[in-house]
Amino acid sequence: MIIGLDVGGTYTDVVLLGDDGIVRANKVRTDSKALFRTVQSGLDTIIEGIPPDQIRRIVLSTTLTTNAIAQSKVSDVGMIVSAGPGVDPEFYRTNPHYEVISGSIDHRGREVEAVNAAEVEEAVRKFIEKGIRHVGVVGKFSTRNPQHELLINEQIRSHFEKVFLGHQISGTLNFPRRIATTYLNAAVYPIHKQFFEAVQQSLEQKGLKIPIHIMKADGGTMNFESSMNFPAQTILSGPAASVMGSLAFAFDDEDSLVMDIGGTTTDMAVLVNYVPVLNPLGICLGPYKTLIRSIESHSIPVGGDSKISVQDGVIHVGPERIGPAMAYGGPAPTPTDALCIMGQIKNGDRNKAIQGFQDIARGLNCSVSDAAVRVFDQTCRMILTEAGVLLNRINQKPVYTIHELQEGYQVAPRKILILGGPAPYFARHFEEISDFRVGVVPRWDVANAIGAALARTTCEVSLFADTQQGIATSPEELFSMVVNRDFSSDDAVQTASDLLRQKAVRQGASPEELIVEVIENQQFNMVKGFYTTGRNIRVKVQIKPGLINEYDAIAGILSTE
Amino acid sequence: MLKARHTTGLVFFPAFDWAISPTHPEREERLLYTQDQVFEEGILDIEGIQEYKPELITAQDVQRVHFCVPNVADVTTESHFISAGGAKTIAKAVMDKRVERGFALVRPPGHHAMRVVHGARGFCNINIEAIMIEYLRKAYPVGRVAIVDTDCHHGDGTQDIYWHDPDTLFISLHQDGRTLYPGSGFPNEMGGPTATGTTINYPLPPETSAEGFLYAIRNVVLPILEDFKPDIIINSAGQDNHFSDPITNMNFSAQGYAELTRLLKPDIAVLEGGYSIEGALPYVNLGIILAMAGIDYSRVTEPGYDPDRLRQTPAVTRSIQRTGEQLLSNWRRRESIMALVQNGQPFSERTRSIYYDTDNITEKQFETLRICSECSGVYKIDSSADGGRRILAVHVPRSACRKCRSLGYEWFDTADKRKFTGVYLQDRSDDTYLQRP
Ligand SMILES: [Zn+2]
Ligand SMILES: [Zn+2]
Repeated sequence: MIIGLDVGGTYTDVVLLGDDGIVRANKVRTDSKALFRTVQSGLDTIIEGIPPDQIRRIVLSTTLTTNAIAQSKVSDVGMIVSAGPGVDPEFYRTNPHYEVISGSIDHRGREVEAVNAAEVEEAVRKFIEKGIRHVGVVGKFSTRNPQHELLINEQIRSHFEKVFLGHQISGTLNFPRRIATTYLNAAVYPIHKQFFEAVQQSLEQKGLKIPIHIMKADGGTMNFESSMNFPAQTILSGPAASVMGSLAFAFDDEDSLVMDIGGTTTDMAVLVNYVPVLNPLGICLGPYKTLIRSIESHSIPVGGDSKISVQDGVIHVGPERIGPAMAYGGPAPTPTDALCIMGQIKNGDRNKAIQGFQDIARGLNCSVSDAAVRVFDQTCRMILTEAGVLLNRINQKPVYTIHELQEGYQVAPRKILILGGPAPYFARHFEEISDFRVGVVPRWDVANAIGAALARTTCEVSLFADTQQGIATSPEELFSMVVNRDFSSDDAVQTASDLLRQKAVRQGASPEELIVEVIENQQFNMVKGFYTTGRNIRVKVQIKPGLINEYDAIAGILSTE
Repeated sequence: MLKARHTTGLVFFPAFDWAISPTHPEREERLLYTQDQVFEEGILDIEGIQEYKPELITAQDVQRVHFCVPNVADVTTESHFISAGGAKTIAKAVMDKRVERGFALVRPPGHHAMRVVHGARGFCNINIEAIMIEYLRKAYPVGRVAIVDTDCHHGDGTQDIYWHDPDTLFISLHQDGRTLYPGSGFPNEMGGPTATGTTINYPLPPETSAEGFLYAIRNVVLPILEDFKPDIIINSAGQDNHFSDPITNMNFSAQGYAELTRLLKPDIAVLEGGYSIEGALPYVNLGIILAMAGIDYSRVTEPGYDPDRLRQTPAVTRSIQRTGEQLLSNWRRRESIMALVQNGQPFSERTRSIYYDTDNITEKQFETLRICSECSGVYKIDSSADGGRRILAVHVPRSACRKCRSLGYEWFDTADKRKFTGVYLQDRSDDTYLQRP
């Protein structure tokens, strides 16, 4: 059996999945001040009376790091940054202890200027003086040649508890994001480590000596050990867990939208052939633009509890939520009240809802029941319009070849999967006002925990070969090999795939379920003076997000429940 | 946090799957390192910089500018439709005020493509700036346009297209035509009899450095622009003046290009040539983007940059100053020069030979222009090329008077079908494009 646990803002959901589907599902209130206790009580209820040897896997998704960053409750970090020519790296400052040093690498990974050891020494001295224990080191183009970062690491690592190196984050070229991501990893490392070590101990005390997997923002998982090197990957894993959960109930391989309609917001994502569409670069969180792979999502401030107001005959839904619906004792009218008035929601106090809608009916110059219909209709239309914004953003993603521009896949979902309290009511109306076929995820209340439980390990590897210089490298994997002039893009894909498989297993995947997908494969002839002097090859491969194979059966059972 | 002082749109389309031939300067690899640099610098994340996906132009967008022989499809490929489409996308973003300025980093280039197109010249098939400009004139209230071509090669295609258009100021700064392809672009090339003065050629001696380019911009280009008062300024931003460019002999730098852009303040820049793909383009493009967006570019330097070693000689400086004075004097006297050129004649004729180096075609043209006092005049081109094609191309200008317009249609209707393999009409006054057979 597997345990899936998702700590949300209000509730923590836990499921226990067995060969026959959901064995148990529980909800406990989240105490954001005591997340560890919340996790513990969630686990206690779910495993009570289950023999520990029956449980083979546990996957956790928490708001720990997201909250820490949002509330600036992270530890001090020392950043060492080397840039060379280009934009002034001061613009990318992440924190007070941010030292810019000399040294530069060019776009082909050649050293332009060496690192100055004295400057590094000086930075170390400053950090030690401030009591800093965690350091990030980032160089421009370190993904093409990590030598400078490695050198600096050698020089400084004995002085600090942990050093994070930019080139290990991702093979993607984006220096400012690499700085921000390295910083975030270092900043959340201590709390992440403390928390998960505590979880591991507590599981061991219960007799559960099983691998812990941790949910990531891209809808995949990583194991406890690798999470220590990439703790920031856990940021915003909650929404990803919900999307993965809805995957178990997807109609078929056709494109579909996933919508999670909550009280305050509606979150949307897109599935193509059972795979969520990923953001091409990474998460943006507050001021930080990162290289943390994530599901491409769109969150709008429209939900069941959004405050409704009318100004000059125009209905406004949200953006704020000031409390629950009036039908449930709240202070302001909401779309949920509209559903009560319309008689669709039956368990609320309809009279209170009607009271709340008096002003709205006056503002719209119509009866209360008409006002309710109009408010609900507008709420649905706003959500559909925003879905269009998300689809447009995905389809407008720039491409750089004629082939992609002509043949590039355009997502065009005709189906929506909805999760959330008011989902059934929205589903009906969406079908009335659009051409979408709409389905409600059956166990939406615990879809996030199901998603966490069933998500597979994901990862990515980039390989860069330059046959003129005679090298193929994958700096994130600390891999480098000598190649000759005949090294081809097929060889590159082969090499990258091997690295990817090793990485996936290292991060917790089971070897038999690795499906490698090539997401980038470009090869350029390098020419000097009308002669071809070599090939420049760029390959990127990934294990894409999806559900683990061995529980296909479970997913099947779930979808028929 | 980094923020653009001027919101700037970018279309980046490196066409990684298109080349003239595998080792040709215009090949897949050309913008590869530029892309690496732009991506690694995180340029597209800067607040106020917006990347757009290029749209495709239509065949009519091409017909608005060119006479394609035998037709649009036969002289273009998808890549040209995207490259011109990238320029069009940026221009729309600027005109719709979604951004203040825009830069189309696209390939293949276009400034050697002339009005009549039998094939490719100087790596160009269709003129992407002209296609963009004529689209703007159709879709927006744009009349007066200035094009400043800072590619190292004379923009002879753009010059040809706007030779008879007094509403388009074309200024080309380039390496002296006696030392470089295409061998034209001298100060005495000033435009046709009805548009004399609005074509300005500023040849610069080999080994001109930043000092010379910036002198030309400050002392000649900017005052003339001030005078002309264009609705919009376009920069044909070729980057082959760079000291490391393999096919030219100039000494310009990334810092110089950025400074030029800061001074010129183009509304729209369109990439043209530039073949030092590793040593120059990544840094020059970065400098231009930052300058357009109003972001500090003082740290953008390419490998091997040494301003002292690039300094131009006093003889070069003097030559640039002399040319500048001559051009300013021509500009001030342009109306009297025009009267002299017209010489009271009703028609003006010229014969010329045009070589298409990329496709190895020679074309002969016989052109007849009506010198009109009410508009810039209708003209026709009798063009024959190797291979037996001979066409008659009639151009009715945007602001054509009734008489010129009807003469254009008369030329088109009465052309001898046995003499020509095709007869074309480009009626810009009505946005109508006809062809027979
Ligand atoms: Zn050129
Ligand atoms: Zn006329």
